[in-house]
Order: sequence, then structure tokens, then C-alpha cells
Amino acid sequence: MLEIKNLHVKLEEEEKQILKGVDLTVEAGKVHAIMGPNGSGKSTLSYVLSGRDGYEVTDGSATLGGEDLLEMEPEERAAAGVFLAFQYPVEIPGVGNMTFLRTAVNAQRKARGEDELSAADFLKEVRAKAKSLKIDADMLKRPVNVGFSGGEKKRNEILQMAMLEPKMCILDETDSGLDVDAMKLVAEGVNALRDEGRGFLVITHYQRLLDHIKPDVVHIMADGKIVKTGGPDLALEVENNGYADILAEVN
Amino acid sequence: MALPEVKQTATEARLANLVMPDAGCTRAAREDALARVLEMGLPGRRDEYWKYTRPDTLVAPEAPRAALFDPDEAMLFADLDRLKIVFVDGVFSPEESDDLTLEGVTIDRIEDICFKDIHWAKELYGVLEARGQSPVQRPLAALNTAFAADGIAIHVSGKPSKPISFIYRHASETSDAMLHHIIRVESGAEVTILENGPAASRFNKCMEIDIADGGVLHHVRAQGRDHERRAATHMFTRLGQESVYKSFTLTVNGVLTRNEQVVELTGDDAVAHVAGACVGDGDFHHDDTVFITHDAVNCESRQVFKKVLRNGATGVFQGKILVKEGAQKTDGYQISQSLLLDDDSQFLAKPELEIYADDVACSHGSTSGAIDETALFYLRSRGIPTKEATNMLTLAFLAEAVDEIEDDALSKAIVDRLEGWLSRHS
Repeated sequence: MLEIKNLHVKLEEEEKQILKGVDLTVEAGKVHAIMGPNGSGKSTLSYVLSGRDGYEVTDGSATLGGEDLLEMEPEERAAAGVFLAFQYPVEIPGVGNMTFLRTAVNAQRKARGEDELSAADFLKEVRAKAKSLKIDADMLKRPVNVGFSGGEKKRNEILQMAMLEPKMCILDETDSGLDVDAMKLVAEGVNALRDEGRGFLVITHYQRLLDHIKPDVVHIMADGKIVKTGGPDLALEVENNGYADILAEVN
Repeated sequence: MALPEVKQTATEARLANLVMPDAGCTRAAREDALARVLEMGLPGRRDEYWKYTRPDTLVAPEAPRAALFDPDEAMLFADLDRLKIVFVDGVFSPEESDDLTLEGVTIDRIEDICFKDIHWAKELYGVLEARGQSPVQRPLAALNTAFAADGIAIHVSGKPSKPISFIYRHASETSDAMLHHIIRVESGAEVTILENGPAASRFNKCMEIDIADGGVLHHVRAQGRDHERRAATHMFTRLGQESVYKSFTLTVNGVLTRNEQVVELTGDDAVAHVAGACVGDGDFHHDDTVFITHDAVNCESRQVFKKVLRNGATGVFQGKILVKEGAQKTDGYQISQSLLLDDDSQFLAKPELEIYADDVACSHGSTSGAIDETALFYLRSRGIPTKEATNMLTLAFLAEAVDEIEDDALSKAIVDRLEGWLSRHS
């Protein structure tokens, strides 16, 4: 489904190469985890895939279902099925959470040539999905992420993901800033979305999130490359021994 | 002291073109106002209070020509139940206006009361304007008091069931209109005043509002989309104890607009909110000049002004909170912000606080900025196209000002207009 080949990326403003040849394939129905030390390029990978400004692709490719992601605007990527759950969800004063969600859902439907969701249908769906994430009516009414706790912000990301039903979900350190209970809630939300047609790329520092979202494949990223790939056991190895051993072994 | 020659000449040239209406009970007030104009002279480029806005075209003997514009949309507030008072190029139109009777209010043309002995009007016409000449001079308002050809006097004694709605039509490319309204809200009475329309090629409007103890006045105005119109407006408001004044202005297009609000809180526990949202594209200059005086205990004032500017448009904000000695427990808030959609537009702000009491809370802030790129990316990453996302963020930016309108239907009507502007201008 998601196919990344030899992806080289540098910062647009300076001569700093961040990704130095990433190869990665995420199949539909699978959960891939990327772990790695700070500065290894994990978040950059998520931004490049979702189309954030400030990065220049110098070589390689990234496709989703055969479509070239790198040629698309961020909103086109979203309509094509890419979703990034932000590490730091953005607060937008003055835009109601519900209005935001509905605009997003309908913009994507429109881009795909589908009918817009009626107000009633939308409301019904959002309420049901919000309830399972323990998001109350008040949170839906408030401006996007404004005054939300860390946990509420992350739950709100998962709610957006549930409403938009993307093909490829990228979770950028969704566990950061979460206590155990909040993490369980978020993981349940993610697990509820797992199905055969959907791929996941879960970026995390720690193994603990992967206790709740069980990955099929674990990659270790270091210095802009995937340096090791394995099963769920690889995450445990990192948890027990840190990255030093693996990096030493690779080098 | 003699006026500088340039100012003297400009003032005389303007006055030469004006005739004072033969005006019964307002005659004395008009004569006094003319004396003030002669003493102050009309605004010139060197006046500090006109540093950011060129008064030339507002002062010139003739109004610059302004093309008529068909906005091709339903009139604002069209579907709202309201009492309509229509002016065409500054002249009252009885045919287009509703019957001016409404329970809880008495509505008269100034022209008609001039020959009656209606005492409240005499005590108000030109009075608040004259008070408002200190400490800062506002010669265009004095000019208006002296020469306004038409206007309405509204006496509010109850709670009328619907808003009173001024509609200002623009019909001639060379119209030069001066209107002077006076409104007295009696103790415990409550009214909503609406104004909309471009009014004239050049419009000088003055409104004096006197709110007695416990009275409430809501004001919502939209200034019409004629691109070439010019306007200088003054609202002078005096508030008694526990009274409330809430005013909101939407300005969409218009080559030159100067809106002055002069508010005096004279009774304890009074509340005054003045807010404005303006959106300008290209040849657009919009100036909000606000002066709020706290002269009583435990009063609250808010100034919330937001401007969206693009393609070389200019926004100006001059806002002052003056807290007089003894006006303890004052709660004053002032914010002026601009969203600059490109590098060519500019926002000039002069926020001021002057405080002579020691137990007050006053805050003020002024910012200029572009669209928040992080927020824009967040919206786009959810599939919202750039244009729509930018418009959402622009409306969100204006929301704090629009939220000052208490009535949901009025606020929705204003948001609809803003959405219309955004869809036309992005």
C-alpha cells in the first residue's frame, strides 16, 4: 500500500540531509512501528509523507496505492487516504471542533467525487465515535484543541482519524504526554480502526505504546535510514537494551 | 489663537459650500457648533489625531465622485423583523420607510421636532458632541452638528419588540450627506439600533446616545460595499449607572472610512463594549478611533477591533482608555489586531492608556500577523483545500469581534456577509 523507496530528504532552508535513503513498505492490514533515537528522522518522515512545507525531497519516491504522494498537495494526500496524527496537535482558536471535523469530512468526500454527509448523518456518526473515545459534547463544541489537556488532544486526533477513515494512518509519537489510562484509550481507538484495508505506521520512542497497539513489523531508524527490521520482539529488545547495541551491531 | 493659514483656507472653503438649516430648537446648538468649527478649523494633514488617515477628501468643499455599486445580494437584515427608516443620499424617504410608530419608543425627524418644544432633544442635540471635543478635537463632528440636514430623534421609554433599523441608500455619484441622530434611552429601557448601507458618496454621520441608569442599547452596523464611498462617523455615548452600551461595526470595502467612538461612563457599574471587524482589499483605508472615559466606579469597557487586509489595504486603530481620578475598580480591555494577507498591506495602531486611579485593571494589546502556517497545514492535512482553510482561519481571527454581538440572528447575518466577502476575495 505505502511504498517508500530510497527516500532522501533535506531541510529546504539549509544544507542538512535528514533522510538518507529510507526504504519501507507498509501492506494493507498491517501495523508497522518505527522506533529510533532522537534526531533519527522519524518525525521528518511523517511530515514529508503528509506534505508539510520546509522539506525538499532530493531523491527517491513515496507512493500510496501506486499514486505518487510527493506530487500532491497536503489536502490531496488526505483525500487519497493519508492521515497524520500529530505529535503536537495544533490549537485553532475561533474554529469549532465540530465545524472543523465536518468541513474536513465533506472536503475529502467532495475531492473523491462522493456526496457530502448530511448534517444529521454527520452528527450521528460523530457522536457515536466520540463516545467510544470518551470525548464529551463540550469538547466537540469547543474550538479545535483549545484548552484541551494532552490526553484530550490525542483523543481528538484519533476521533478525526475515525471520522476520516483514511487508508494509511501515520501516528507520530501519539503516546507522548499521555498517562497510562489515556494511552489505553487512544490505543483502543486505534485498534478499533484496524482492518484489512488499512495500513498503520506507528512512530514511537518507547515500547509501551506497542504493548497496546501490537505491531506486525518493527523498524529501527537511525541517522536517516531504516537500519534494522524485525518482529514485535525487536521492540522489546530496544526496551531492554536501548538503541546502543543495535546501532553498534549495524555499524 | 489664529488658525494656520492652510487650515483657515480649507475650513472657509468648506463652509462656503454649506447652509445651516433653518432649525427651530436646534438653532442655538448649531450656532455653537459652528463657533467650535471656526475655532478648531477642520482636520488637516498635520494634526496628530489625523496622522494615519488623510482627511483631505473628507474636508474638501466637494465630495469626490463615487460610483454606484450593485452588490447583487439581499440587503443585510432583510429577513429580520425590524422598523425600517430609510435615507437616500442622506435624505429621509417616507415612502420607503415604515410607519414610525412602535410601542416603547417615540421616533421623530429632527426637522419636525425643531418646531416643537421637545425638551429632551434640546438637551441632547450637540451636547455630547460638544463634551466629546475635549481633550481631543473632533471638528468633523462639530461641522455635522452645525449643518446636518436631516436626522432622527429616538426616545426609548420601554422595550420595543423589534430593532430600529436605519438603511442608508446611495443613489447619486456626487452625493454629500450629513446626518445627525440623537437617541435617549430612559431608565430601564432597552433598544437595538441597526444601521446599514453605503449612505452617500461622502457621508458624515453623527449619533449622540444618552443612556439613563439601567438602560440598554445594542448597536450593530454594516457600512455598505460601495468601493468608492467615503465616510466619517462619530458616535458619542454617555452611560448612566448600571447601563449597557454594546456596539459592533462591520466594514467591507469603501475607499475611506473613519469611525470614531467617544464613550463616557458616568454612572457606577456601567458597561460599554465597542467592537469592529473590517475586511479590505486593495484601495481601502479604514480607521477606528476610540476614546473611552471612565468617570465612575466599577465600570467595564471593552474595545475589540479586528482587521483583515490584503493587496495594499490600510488599517488604522487609535484607541484610548482614560481612567479619571476616583474611577476605582475600572475593568478596561482593549485589543486591536490585524491579519495581513500579503506584504503590501499595513496596520497602524496607537493603543493608549491614561490612568489616574490606583485600583484598576486595564489591559491592552495590538498585533499584526500573517495566517498561521502551522494551523493552515493542520487543516490541509485533514483534506481542507488551501482556500477554504485560509477562509476558516480568517473568520476565526475575526470571531472575537463578531462574538461581541449578543443576538444570534444578527451575528449570523454578519458572519454570512464575511463569508461572502471571503469567497469573493480569495
